[in-house]
Amino acid sequence: MAGDALVVEGLTKVFNKSLVAVDHVSFTVKEGEIFGFLGPNGAGKTTTINMLITILRPTEGDAEVCGYNIAKQPSEVRSCIGVVPQEYTADEDLTGLENIILCADLYGIPREISKKRAQELLELVELTKFESKQVQTYSGGMRRRLELACGLINRPHLFFLDEPTLGLDVQTRRATWDYIKLLKKEYGMTIFMTTHYLEEADMLCDRVAIIDRGKIIKIGAPDELKEGLGGDIMTLSIEDSIIDISSTIATVPRVKEVKKQDGAYRIKLEEGEETAPSIIEAIRSEGHKVTRLSLTKPTLDEVYLEYTGKTIREEEESRESFLQQRVALRRARGGPR
Amino acid sequence: MTKKEGNSKNPLHGLWALTNRELKKWYKNPYFLFLSIIQPLLWMGLFGRAMNIGAIFTNISLPPLPGVPPEQLQLIQQQISEFSKEILKNIFGVEDYFSFMSVGILTMVVLFTSMFSGMSIVWDRRLGFLNKVLSTPVARGSILMSKVFNAVIRSLVQASIVLSFAAVLGLTVGPDFTPLNLLGVYLALFLIAIGLSSIFILIGIRSTRHETQMAVVNLLNLPLLFASNALFPVNLMPDWLQNVARVNPITYATDATRQLILYQINTQQLIFDFAYLAGFALVFSTIGIVLSWRYLSK
Repeated sequence: MAGDALVVEGLTKVFNKSLVAVDHVSFTVKEGEIFGFLGPNGAGKTTTINMLITILRPTEGDAEVCGYNIAKQPSEVRSCIGVVPQEYTADEDLTGLENIILCADLYGIPREISKKRAQELLELVELTKFESKQVQTYSGGMRRRLELACGLINRPHLFFLDEPTLGLDVQTRRATWDYIKLLKKEYGMTIFMTTHYLEEADMLCDRVAIIDRGKIIKIGAPDELKEGLGGDIMTLSIEDSIIDISSTIATVPRVKEVKKQDGAYRIKLEEGEETAPSIIEAIRSEGHKVTRLSLTKPTLDEVYLEYTGKTIREEEESRESFLQQRVALRRARGGPR
Repeated sequence: MTKKEGNSKNPLHGLWALTNRELKKWYKNPYFLFLSIIQPLLWMGLFGRAMNIGAIFTNISLPPLPGVPPEQLQLIQQQISEFSKEILKNIFGVEDYFSFMSVGILTMVVLFTSMFSGMSIVWDRRLGFLNKVLSTPVARGSILMSKVFNAVIRSLVQASIVLSFAAVLGLTVGPDFTPLNLLGVYLALFLIAIGLSSIFILIGIRSTRHETQMAVVNLLNLPLLFASNALFPVNLMPDWLQNVARVNPITYATDATRQLILYQINTQQLIFDFAYLAGFALVFSTIGIVLSWRYLSK
């Protein structure tokens, strides 16, 4: 379809004839938006990306990247995309600049253009000072930025980011988001990214698809998804903890659900700020006194919990330790040769 | 958009970029360069010079024999020595084992360098570099060929260094040798390097663990070396081993280089050597490109 950077229809990948990694996934990414795949480890995010960037052949289904079919026109697809994989793929023995030029050469970009672009990109990701240092001296954040710069050397139309801040500390992660936003602003490409950080999806993505066990469970803008939960959540207590006034609260307009738990009322409501005073009034008119009250906006965390039945934090733990193991292993073996 | 800028469609562009990436790791790291050259030099020094097989026959001193006058003993000794030189020439084609062996080492250098070229593709896969390269429009065949050329260039540079050391240490060239023959030597080494590295990269392209690759390399390297004429003449081997040595391309590369450097050239044999090597290089690099194409575009 015109105006869509990515159209995916029924994309499926089955490994070894039995393991369904991606299960009939369909979605569309519009020109210029940041679209995120949010899901736990093993949900099929990377497998989906690998099919879209033409390094893995789908078992079933089809996709069009920048208007080119991934199965029939892989070369065209490859020239119009940029990819930043999960791993640090820059060559540690080469300098930052040499790595970018290498990427440029792989796209067949003439040297006079690639040199200019490399400088421009290095400046944007603030690595100009380190351009002639070997990558093995770079920190995690610097390596990420270098990967971003490498991925953009061919001025991609559609930019794939696979877990762009995996394994980075909180500060570096935030800084990396800023770089992604900056690059997006500068080059105006469409971005498809995967993440298992809710915050990241919330901060960066225009739309999010929640994926679990190879299936898309829900697609929407982060705010939309949060609203889809049924609005805000209010917790309040009254002086008399024995009497139950749930039915009174439920009569207030825009209140959707009231539960009494451990002497406090958990109320799901729309437009929390506006509705709260009416609730207090209703309680007062019954002759009770509100002693405690809190109002929370739903987070993507709760959205995730609602749709997948688990918190993403549980997954994060194992993912991180897995990565650390890999890095340790790699160091122990003396790095790439 | 990228297309309008007229990006080069020349496949050599990406091929050279990938080859150069690997070469840089090597020539920018003098320590690594030093290590890769020191091994063949040690072989040459220890095997060729220390274990001087020729000296067993030519450097003899007979114990005093009862009833034989010392002058006659001296004469016998001299005759045995002359006789042995003939034997050596018959066996090795030259009078000194060192020359025979140091030319054989040239092929060994190529063999060892090619073997380890397969390792780098295993690393590239493990570290995700391979996937990144695959997501670019670079020709799939270039990915394999860059590894092959890297091995070829390294082999030839290392072989040149080894050859100059051999010359310093006393390599005696044959009657037909002219500096022009060196071109032929390089051609033979070039062909064997292409064939061998294609084989090992092909093994590497499928393995995800470098331990597997290491095991394969260790399993193959000595048998390939010893079942050839690199260190020892084939016609003194047992029959079954001769049969192996006669199909081993290392035998042909070594024979070609020996003819060009040490021996009187037997044109017919030399042509056959080159034909065999060319066939070997062509067949395995083609298989390599075809299979890597199929495997990498899965």
